[in-house]
Amino acid sequence: MSGSAASLWQRIAAQGPLRERFLRGIGSSVKLGDLQGASSLGGDFRGLRGRSVLIATEEQLTAALALIELDGIAARMVLCPPGRSTAEIESIARQAEADAILYDTDDQRAALARLGMPVRCTASLVPSPGAAERGHPTTTQPTEWVLLTSGTTGEPKLVVHSLATLAGDLQTSTAAATGTIWSTHYDIRRFGGLQILLRALLCGGSLVLSDPEEPIHDFLQRTARAGVTHMTGTPSHWRRVLMSGSAQLLDPAYVRMSGEIADQPILDHLRATYPRAAIVHAFASTEAGLAFEVTDELAGFPESFVSRTDSQVQLRIEHDSLLIRSPRTSSHYLNGCAEALRREDGFVDTQDLVELRHGRYHFVGRRGGIINVGGQKCHPEEIESVINRHPRVRMSLVRSRKSPLLGSVVVADVVLNGAEAAEPARDAASVTVRNEILAACRESLSAHKVPATIRIVESLDMTPAGKLRRPNA
Amino acid sequence: MSTRSVIIAQLEQVADEHKQTLAPLSDDLKLLDSGLDSLGFAVVVARLEDQLGVDPFSSDEEMDFPVTLGDFIGAYESLVR
Repeated sequence: MSGSAASLWQRIAAQGPLRERFLRGIGSSVKLGDLQGASSLGGDFRGLRGRSVLIATEEQLTAALALIELDGIAARMVLCPPGRSTAEIESIARQAEADAILYDTDDQRAALARLGMPVRCTASLVPSPGAAERGHPTTTQPTEWVLLTSGTTGEPKLVVHSLATLAGDLQTSTAAATGTIWSTHYDIRRFGGLQILLRALLCGGSLVLSDPEEPIHDFLQRTARAGVTHMTGTPSHWRRVLMSGSAQLLDPAYVRMSGEIADQPILDHLRATYPRAAIVHAFASTEAGLAFEVTDELAGFPESFVSRTDSQVQLRIEHDSLLIRSPRTSSHYLNGCAEALRREDGFVDTQDLVELRHGRYHFVGRRGGIINVGGQKCHPEEIESVINRHPRVRMSLVRSRKSPLLGSVVVADVVLNGAEAAEPARDAASVTVRNEILAACRESLSAHKVPATIRIVESLDMTPAGKLRRPNA
Repeated sequence: MSTRSVIIAQLEQVADEHKQTLAPLSDDLKLLDSGLDSLGFAVVVARLEDQLGVDPFSSDEEMDFPVTLGDFIGAYESLVR
């Protein structure tokens, strides 16, 4: 990381007029132009220079403002995802050697102030003498950006990035027209959401932030009113949009999925729902960064991506696992030092498993998520993709169930479309659907992959990162 | 429906789904000779747990694996009144 690299604010300011550009939360909104001469961090934020700052605000908007203001000033910014207990925040603060804590509610101040210098962050900007300095290249210092992995089990890992590794060649990638209004289902404190925040900020755009408490209908209405044309989320986020009955509130020009396997049914559903949109799915990981985008609306990615030499990002398949070597890879973990983030040759093993079928690689699951049925391995995602092809199925979760006979068997929880969803499991129609799903599974999967039981459920649990919560992954 | 008939119905259902042919069912029929493979039995056991609320083979107490169909049905009958 170079000490002379422009800070985030300097790169934003270099794009010209900021007046019309905004970051909008559920309750408040900030125009980027208002940050010239003012601050979200109180009268003088210069006391944060050189510190390791834990950004623990509840609102995404205040976290975004802090990132803009502190890149080039703080030594380290740690993005604490929402919904963490005080104990978890304490543990993160300790591992990141935080000596300043950003908060936005009084409760947080009471709980967190002892962890470091407390600084309130607010979307009501106040005039600040330090704000003018932000534009001076001589006053910037390299800032580490620390993200937490969205692991569903165990302690999260703290992954160290820089603005350079996070933003990479954003300007040259797709859909970066100036004036674009973005929105994302993701939280911007996670990798997928942070990518969109940086895209909006560095490519002349604006961003409408989501809120976990907001009903999906209200969120879609709010984004539509703001003129959002570019929307991103996980396939599970998008399935929820399609289930909401409010999908038509949006008329996007660009729909993007990442963070989970985008299967063909979700690509097809989005195509049918949004005929004028470009529908893109991307592969990225918190550690390896953004690896590639797929724009042909087909699941998986072309085999040719692996041999590509014209790209900064190189892919390799080893033992069915996707490996990535990229200038956008994180430098290291802050904790868990025993584990190397990348190999000596620079490749990161994503642990995402792929299978080559007819000239395309398809994701079949995570190395850790494998279900072992009597010694035969099953990838839940592969089975889900078969179940999801049934026209009455909205989404499904395949999981392992202990079996006294085979160690585990595969079972499936299924959410149906439309009216059946309200009356699960009761009527004869669900029995028919269940039998049809089983028949489809038997037709295209080997016997051990066919779910032993199928449960019709009303909904499936999602993680804060917007992924299906997988009990075994 | 008695526990026994629930079990028999499930065995027939799974055999049908797995395209396996059941031998004529009797209490002294060895499970290994029944025509249903281990995966088939694993599926039957999972479904019976949903239907009857018990899985006699996963209980903490040491339990002999059933050898005959009679053992198999008896294990359920001892747990389901």
